[in-house]
Formats: sequence, C-alpha cells, structure tokens
Amino acid sequence: MSEQLTARADLELAGEPVIPASRPGLRWAMLAVGLLVALALPWFIYPPVAMDIAAWALFAISVDLLLGYTGLLSFGHAAFWGTSAYVTGLIAINAGVPFPLAVLGGALAAMALAVPIGYLSVRRTGIYFAMVTLAFAQMVYFIANQWRSLTGGENGLQGIPKSFFGIEAIETDSFYFYYAALPVILLGVLVAWRAVNSPFGQVLVAIRDNPARARALGYDVERYKIMVFVLSAGLAGLAGGVFSISHGFASLQELAWTTSGKVVLITVLGGIGTLWGGPIGAGLVVVLEDRLASSGFNGVGIITGAIFIVIVLAFRHGIWGTARNGVAAWMRRRRSGAGGS
Amino acid sequence: MSSDTNDARQPSPVVLQTRGLSKEFRGFRAVSDVDLTVAAGTVHALVGPNGAGKTTLFNLLTGFLEPSSGQILFQGRDITGMQPEQIAHLGVARSFQITSLFDQMSLLEHLELALASPTGLGYRFWQSSKRLGRFRERAMELLEQVGLADRAGQDAGSLAYGQKRALELALALALDPTVLLLDEPTAGMGLEDVDRTIALVKKVSSGRTVVFVDHNMHVVGSLADTVTVLQSGQVLAEGTYEQVRADQRVITAYLGQAG
Repeated sequence: MSEQLTARADLELAGEPVIPASRPGLRWAMLAVGLLVALALPWFIYPPVAMDIAAWALFAISVDLLLGYTGLLSFGHAAFWGTSAYVTGLIAINAGVPFPLAVLGGALAAMALAVPIGYLSVRRTGIYFAMVTLAFAQMVYFIANQWRSLTGGENGLQGIPKSFFGIEAIETDSFYFYYAALPVILLGVLVAWRAVNSPFGQVLVAIRDNPARARALGYDVERYKIMVFVLSAGLAGLAGGVFSISHGFASLQELAWTTSGKVVLITVLGGIGTLWGGPIGAGLVVVLEDRLASSGFNGVGIITGAIFIVIVLAFRHGIWGTARNGVAAWMRRRRSGAGGS
Repeated sequence: MSSDTNDARQPSPVVLQTRGLSKEFRGFRAVSDVDLTVAAGTVHALVGPNGAGKTTLFNLLTGFLEPSSGQILFQGRDITGMQPEQIAHLGVARSFQITSLFDQMSLLEHLELALASPTGLGYRFWQSSKRLGRFRERAMELLEQVGLADRAGQDAGSLAYGQKRALELALALALDPTVLLLDEPTAGMGLEDVDRTIALVKKVSSGRTVVFVDHNMHVVGSLADTVTVLQSGQVLAEGTYEQVRADQRVITAYLGQAG
C-alpha cells in the first residue's frame, strides 16, 4: 500500500511536458495531411512495405496509449500482436471469411488474452510492470512454439489467404490490398483518438500524472489500467492481424520479445503522448529496415539501435514531440516579435 | 438541560471512529492504539509535533495505508481495509499535505474530473471529453469559493504554492463529502490566504464534519471545536482548544517547545 502513496508517474518519459496543439484549424490540417500520406503511400513505397508501416503505426499507437497516456511501459505487447497474427491466420485459413472479419476475430482474441494478463500486471508499476508483461509474453511465445499442431511451430502458419468477397485485384495485388486493409488500420486509429480525447482519456492522464490523487478523487486506478490495457491489446491485435494477412503467414517472430522491443523503440522514437508519434516512428524504422535489408546489409539492429540512442539523447520528446515544441516556440517568438514592432 | 435524552444525543452522533488503531512500519509504531472519536458536524483538529503520526493517521482513515491492527468505523460501518476510492465514494474526502495535483491539467479540468468521479462518466472512452463540460458551472462555483475563478483555464503547475493549497481544498469539496479531511490546509500560506482559508473552512463546515491537521495554532484556535493532541503515535490529550492549551502534559510536550 505504502508504495502506492508515493508512486507518482514512475517513468520519467511519461510525464514530460509537451506543448499541446491547441488550434483546431491546425489540427484538422494535420489530420488531412496525415490521411493524404496514408492514401498516397503505396504510390511511392513498395505496397507491402507501405502496409507494414501502417500496421506498425497502429501497433505503436497501441503502445503509446499505455506508455504516453497512462504511464505504463508494456514490454510484452508482442503477445497481443502475435496472438492476433495467429488467430487471424487460423480464421482466414479455416473459415474462409473476408479478411477484415478474420482480423477482427484476431483482435478479440488478443483482448481476451489481455484480460488475465492485465489483471495480473497492473498492480505493478514502472520497471516491474515491464518485466511482468515481458514474462507473460515469453509464456505465450513458449506455448506457440510447443503447440505445433496449431501454430506450425518454427515453420509458422503458412498460406494465409487474403479473402475479400472474391475480388481478385485485392486478393492478389498488394497495391489494391493496401486500400482494402487501410480502413481496418484507420478504424484502430480512430478508436485510439476517441479514447484519448474522452472522459476516459482524461482520467488516464490523471492516473499517469498522480495515481494517489486520482484514487483520492474516487477513481479505481486498477480498473482503469486494466481497461486501457485491454483496449490497447485490441489495437495491437488489429495491427497484428493485418500484418499476418498482408504477409500471408504468421511466424514465431511475431511473438518474440524483439518485436515487443521494436514497437517500444518505434513509439519512443516517434514521440510519446501524441498519436502522431507512432506513424512517424513506424515510417522511419520500417523504411530504414527495408532499405538496409535490401542492400544486403545484415546488421540492421546496430543501425536502428544507434539511431534510437541518438534520438533519445538529442530529442527527449521523440521526433514528433520535439518538432511540435519547436514549432510552438517559434510561433511564440514570432508573435511576441510582431507585438513589439 | 437533558430533559430529553434523545435530544441530548442527537446533536453529536459519532461519524468517524477508530478503535485501537495501530500502524507499524518495520518495528516503528507510527500510530499506536489510537481511539479517536469524531462527532458529526464538528470541526476536529489533530495537532502534535512532527512525527506524532498525524499524516499516518490520515492515510489510515482514507485507506491509503492499511492498519496493522484496530478498526475504523464511518457512520457505524466498518471501513477497515477498504480502498481509497471506495472510501472516497462513501463520503470521506481528503486533501494532501504535500500538494498533489495534475500539473498539466487546467484548474477547471481538475474540478470537472473530481465532480465526474461519482458518475462513472470516466469509463466512457467512446464519448468526447467535452461531456465533462456539464460540470463546468459547479466547477466554476467551487473555484469562486476558493478564490481561483480568474485562473480557471491555467495549468495547475503554474500556480503559486498558496493557490495550489486552495485548489486542493476545492478538489476535496468537489466530492461533497460527509467528512472532509484536510492535511495542513494552510501550510506555506501567507497571512492573508490563511485567514481566507479559515473563513472558507468555517463556511463549508456547516452540514459536514471537518478533521484537519495544522501546525498554526491561530488556525486551530479559530476553527476547532475539539482538539486531539498526538505524540509519538498516541493520543496525549483531547478537549477544546482552551482545555488542551491549559493541559500541563501538552505544554511540556508540545506547546512548551513551540513557545
């Protein structure tokens, strides 16, 4: 009990002040640009890679919901992304339903898994929460590895179809598939946006900044944490499901701790506590990995790791947070300059 | 005077009571066998030197700490071991000794959040946060009460210390509690703010019970109906301010040191 009294936001990263974008006009403009980029992406980037960016972006947003808005660092989110990847694949293979339905089924499975894991983890805070979530994710990995009859073990789940009402262009051409799958991703982003701008989101920020005070006001902090954990797992599940459909297979890599690590890296790189950070970080990391891999260089981890270190040290709010603060400061200076003349 | 026994009892039923309440931290007894009785509708002060166990007692009463032994009764109901949020919903609200706010939220948002707490609106992740606006009017009233109305849109982090204390008070009041527990409501305030706070506590204490901790004897003297003096986790003396002030044990233990 006593640690709950003193436990403020445990992660230094989480409580950092970021200047809010208050102008509604600017916000709509940014939204329009974001949507345009999402729609134009497969024209400029190899469509399967564009799909990867979109999936990782939503995955990162799901992590940010916990890290940036609630102050919880989950280091086991691969459990939800991967579970959904497998469940989505199994539904797609065995039921032959249109792929968005399979993805939805995968996301629901991820949420169901998140209920017990969340229930058992949210009592811990800070690094202990990260370790408990990691432990659970490793358990899921182990089970998937052992349960060969269902998951295919090390071979993974092969031959996942992109069924979509028999429309051949979508089912066979990754360019058209991108446009069929993007709405699923955008649905996830919409849910995240709604949640952080809701009374619920307001309570989450209160819990992040001062859990003891939130409890004194009558808020059941643990219940809120479980709720956001399950919600976040659902979004990670949507992303993981789209990813496995897009690739046509689900492998153990989807459940590995390195996947949990990569999504945290993407989230922090892009900037936490802002839904824009995830897409920016995802775009950067996925494209970089793709370029490095296709150039035959096999030390991808060294490069992304080095970039991560530089960005965390130089831009403490991530790319988006730093850019936003910079623009806000520049506008303030300009305004005060104009007032003086 | 006591022509009717019922009448004599009615004015002061017990609202909050502890029985043999103790809290031990690794062998150190911060609160030791405390029997505290708070009469409904009164203003009750807890005083005592630093380390007397006042704040620990507050944390026990509000569920932030679990007692090592003993019982806590609120309106005759055993609330020992309940969680802070449950106790808050029952009608016991507290402020914190060390100012405890959400630095990035505006004052208005603080109060809207406090007012929304009993409604369950906080669970609605599918609705716009603009829904919290329905508490705006009451929130502004509360800010008005503590003299912060003109800063409603400001972030709590930007307030001066005394103003933060006032916001603490407004937050506790927002829960419209039966029992209001104030942990050093005037700590660090200037004289003017102290007097304003005294007047405010007087005003809000009608119709509810107030228990407060304060080191300022001027505050204790002008507010408290009953004063309980704690020393080393135990009750040393209890009575009206005048009685306690005249108590020889208190003078040696506490007031003597101060004066």
